[in-house]
Amino acid sequence: MKYQWDWQIFLQDTGGGETYLHWMLSAWGWTLSVAGLGWVVALLFGAVIGTLRTVPNKALQLFGNAWVELFRNIPVLVQVFIWYYVIPEMVPALKSVPSFLMVVCALGFFTSARVAEQVRAGIQSLPRGQMMAGSAMGLTLPQTYRYVILPMAFRIILPPLTSEAMNIIKNSSVAFAVSIAELIQFAMQAQEETSRGIEMYLGVTVLYVVSAFAVNRVMAFIEGRVRVPGTVGAAK
Amino acid sequence: MSNFDFSVFNFELLQSFVWSGFKFSVQLTLVAMIGGILIGTVLALMRLSGVKLLEIPARIYVDGLRSIPLVMVILWVYLLIPLFLGHSIGKEVSAIVTFTIFEAAYYSEIMRAGIQSISRGQVYAGQAVGLTYAQNMRYVILPQAFRNMLPVLLTQTIVLFQDTSLVYAIGAYDLLHGFETLGKNYGRPVETYLAAAIVYFVVCFSLSMTVKRLQKKIAIVR
Repeated sequence: MKYQWDWQIFLQDTGGGETYLHWMLSAWGWTLSVAGLGWVVALLFGAVIGTLRTVPNKALQLFGNAWVELFRNIPVLVQVFIWYYVIPEMVPALKSVPSFLMVVCALGFFTSARVAEQVRAGIQSLPRGQMMAGSAMGLTLPQTYRYVILPMAFRIILPPLTSEAMNIIKNSSVAFAVSIAELIQFAMQAQEETSRGIEMYLGVTVLYVVSAFAVNRVMAFIEGRVRVPGTVGAAK
Repeated sequence: MSNFDFSVFNFELLQSFVWSGFKFSVQLTLVAMIGGILIGTVLALMRLSGVKLLEIPARIYVDGLRSIPLVMVILWVYLLIPLFLGHSIGKEVSAIVTFTIFEAAYYSEIMRAGIQSISRGQVYAGQAVGLTYAQNMRYVILPQAFRNMLPVLLTQTIVLFQDTSLVYAIGAYDLLHGFETLGKNYGRPVETYLAAAIVYFVVCFSLSMTVKRLQKKIAIVR
């Protein structure tokens, strides 16, 4: 099967004064922004919810469980639609919020459930003696979490957090459904305009792979910098 | 909240718009699960075979598909298959092909973990009894690996069911599209998106509760 490759298409003007290459790079910026802000939201809420699932208070545990089950059992695309269409109807004050932030919330809350699971697993993998040692030293429960448990738990879960960070880059692709100008939106529109689907799709695919690889390397760097000498998996 | 109007959910409308979408989503999930597990097991065996010629293509396939978004794969398959075949295939068929080859990558990682969790003593015992590699796999290793990994395989199937909503990218008529069409035609998108979320939640939550109970029952005490 012969296919006429045409990589010059990227330098062609889209009719609006910029090249397809320029458009693709700005779409990449949107993808990274959505994913990056969503990741911040996911870490904040995920850490809180994951911690809540391990405290002795049954009501807080139930809340944490309910949160995780709610956001894990609804597909991410459906969650984006809920944030974009349904929630502004239920809370009219949110109607003026830009759609970019609604997608960030949807992606962030979806990922926060998965981060919460990792945080819970990290906390529960620590020896129970850590909590006891904390209370033996006179620390209150919040203090024990803040100074003893959570620092170690986060270092333990850095590898699964890395794959969650790579996942959020992939999941940001659902933003196309609500007209965020990110990479999938670019791929679909550019393919329609130029009929050079293979070149366009290849460009977008390469950018996704590069992004995931970059996130992987950044997390590996962080992991190297924060590891505690002598702890499990950190011995070097 | 007072302007919610749920009267759009009468039985006939649900049946005409949503039911066919629901059937397609379930079909897609089942076909992709069975095909994905079969292909995934073959891929896992290729990766564990020790033969570089088999290992490297399997690794490229699995790692490659796991590093790009599912929406991208959906678009790729929808673009490439008509180019190769010379004529267009339906959106639904394209979706089935996409999900089978995509989920195979994820199922292969699960099966690989399962096979590797079986102690080598089982392999040696099989060889001691005179079984060939293929017979060993077929009668000794794979049944144990499959049983051990059943909860994880089912959890991946639940994720697969959720991911079928992404066929939105090519407009295939699945459960989400059914709800959306109902909402758009009757001017009540808010209620229908909410209903879609509730249906997905109920299905996935009850399936994951079932998987948890199953896990307790089949756990092997060593």
